[in-house]
Amino acid sequence: MLTAIIALSALAGIFGLLLGFAAVQFRVEGDPVADQIDALLPQTQCGQCSYPGCRPYAEAIAAGEAEINQCPPGGEAGVRALAELLGREPIPLNAENGVEKPKALAVIDEATCIGCTLCIQACPVDAILGAPKLMHTIIAQECTGCELCIPPCPVDCISMVPVKETVENWKWPYPDAPAPLAATAERVESEQSSSPVAA
Amino acid sequence: MSLARSFSQWRFNGGLLLDTHLAESTQQPVLHSTLPEWLILPLQQHIGTAPKIDVEIGQTVRKGQLLAHADGYISAALHAPSSGVITALEERPIAHPSGLSALCLILHTDGRDEWDALPPPIADYKTADPLTLRQRIRQAGIVGLGGAAFPTSVKLNPVPTTPIQLLILNGAECEPYITCDDMLMCERAHDLIGGVLIMRYMLSVEEVIIGVEDNKPEACAALEAALEKFGAEAGGIAVRQVPTIYPTGGEKQLIRVLTGQEVPSNGLPADIGVICQNVGTAVAVYEAVTQGRPLISRYITVTGSGIQQPRVMEALIGTPISELVHQCGGYTEAAQRLIVGGPMMGFAVPSDEVPIVKGANCILVATTAELAPPVPAMPCIRCGACADVCPADLLPQQLYWHAKTKDFDKVADYHLFDCIECGCCAAVCPSHIPLVQYYRFAKTEIWARERERQQADLARQRHEFRLERLERDKREKETKLRKRKEALQQKSAEKTDDTKKEVIEAAVKRAKAKKASQKTADPVAPVSDPVGIAESLDSVSQDRDA
Repeated sequence: MLTAIIALSALAGIFGLLLGFAAVQFRVEGDPVADQIDALLPQTQCGQCSYPGCRPYAEAIAAGEAEINQCPPGGEAGVRALAELLGREPIPLNAENGVEKPKALAVIDEATCIGCTLCIQACPVDAILGAPKLMHTIIAQECTGCELCIPPCPVDCISMVPVKETVENWKWPYPDAPAPLAATAERVESEQSSSPVAA
Repeated sequence: MSLARSFSQWRFNGGLLLDTHLAESTQQPVLHSTLPEWLILPLQQHIGTAPKIDVEIGQTVRKGQLLAHADGYISAALHAPSSGVITALEERPIAHPSGLSALCLILHTDGRDEWDALPPPIADYKTADPLTLRQRIRQAGIVGLGGAAFPTSVKLNPVPTTPIQLLILNGAECEPYITCDDMLMCERAHDLIGGVLIMRYMLSVEEVIIGVEDNKPEACAALEAALEKFGAEAGGIAVRQVPTIYPTGGEKQLIRVLTGQEVPSNGLPADIGVICQNVGTAVAVYEAVTQGRPLISRYITVTGSGIQQPRVMEALIGTPISELVHQCGGYTEAAQRLIVGGPMMGFAVPSDEVPIVKGANCILVATTAELAPPVPAMPCIRCGACADVCPADLLPQQLYWHAKTKDFDKVADYHLFDCIECGCCAAVCPSHIPLVQYYRFAKTEIWARERERQQADLARQRHEFRLERLERDKREKETKLRKRKEALQQKSAEKTDDTKKEVIEAAVKRAKAKKASQKTADPVAPVSDPVGIAESLDSVSQDRDA
């Protein structure tokens, strides 16, 4: 009896020490789940998810405070990627956060710009170049299309221009879905024609 | 013909026996196309970055003059195919499956076809350094003429992971209708062997195999004859016939047939010590080295039931398709579909005003009987016929399911990027599913995601930097403010309120004295001067500033 108690206590002590050692030695800095989620987000920093940037949203998802369908720029594909990472079912985008739009870049009408620098302060990725009372311009390669520069502009000189399709970024279209079997199609047709509503 | 016997020791899995349709376009000798009035030169004719333009609009150029130089390592130069005036740099429709336009230089030819000064010929390649030769090939704008259009100078400079032991010349033109390499081997056998010798010297390999399909006996005979003429110099070069099975002309398939070795997944032939070049590329290399001639023309097959006189032509790069068709007698009444490339891997172009580019090997004008328009697809019945014919040993059905559900990670896991898009699987599919289109869709989609990922990484980096900068600014402002406050406190401690009071009192006294003196002088005059306090305060502030 006593040997058993001693043996079990000793084992518990050893494992406790081991665990304690591991917790210190193999300590993980930061939140790996949030990091993985952040890596899947489009980094537009647009705030449409109601969080002030992609990283806070990733942390909210990791903490279970936010759903995975609040990122319109990431779109359906983004939701699917998040669902796969977190082992959940994909859900449609939450319309309250906005809709998925084709990628666009902000362009400043340089003739109208008064050089107020408000857009520069709003840009989350420092993609706008300019100085007070001097014309501003947007570095196209660095613009994420977040639209955050549009509301502060006092003269409405910023517009979103969809990215042009070129030979380099063109994508093969998704092939048309296979037609239903002829027999099925006929049956559907006959059902429709025989139904009193259709007639 | 002793060496040139059917060589069937090895073979790749799958493939198809197709009706080759070679006879139509090989009855007549190669026609050198007449000079078109307009040449349309897309800048991007190769894999890699677009070249940088060296000419101006309105500039007169001569034949062979450099129009744009290679920008970056994987890039190719572009030369004027004839003399004339550059009239524009604008977007024109090009031969691309998207049907989109791309930036093209427009050259209005003057009909004189005057050559520019070419770089000096290198008569004996053996006296030249391989680096010089590679530089020459790069300056000549040579790209792989088999279709992929990868810059040849890069391919001839393999990363030395494995020593290169074998050079393979790809003369296995396997796709139906295409005959330009066949005719090139027949008519330019001497130049071809010359080019092979140069490339062999550059790669410092001994063994060279020229793989030719066994349905091109004339080409084999011509190559054998040329080899005999070269004699001992061409020792180690063998011509081998390979069975006519589509797609033997695929690089990896030909290597498998000739050597029995398999190029690793996601790898290059150089990984197993093999370099594979198209026969047309060898001729271009020969011309560039021995004549200094840049790549400004190529052999191209113009064929199909929609063409009056199908034949192989030597056409200038940039010639509109309509011009070539016109020189082949025009369209027949049955002409219905215009394809650039062959019937298996080619793509339809909407207009015959698109120009031919360095990588274009065939213009096929087909009737609907030859090339049926796509029929509606039926559901997959899992017959497995696609897997039986896949020459890349993939599982087309699995690729299809995952591409269809847009599960791109899974498609990539099934080695999507080893698919050569030969179209065998789609050709045998009893349900007429456009399988290749699904694979192409998945490939471009994965590339797009990769680009987006890179952009997102850049955005994240910049956003984090911005947050850090704002934080730093805030910190700096705070320290500055604190320091200023401290300085102010110190100063105010030095000049106490007492000193101020004293000054004011003194001023008031002075003012009173003044008033008194004024009253005695003119008692009615109004008090215009504000008692002189301002003055004295000024002097105080001046003291402070000093």
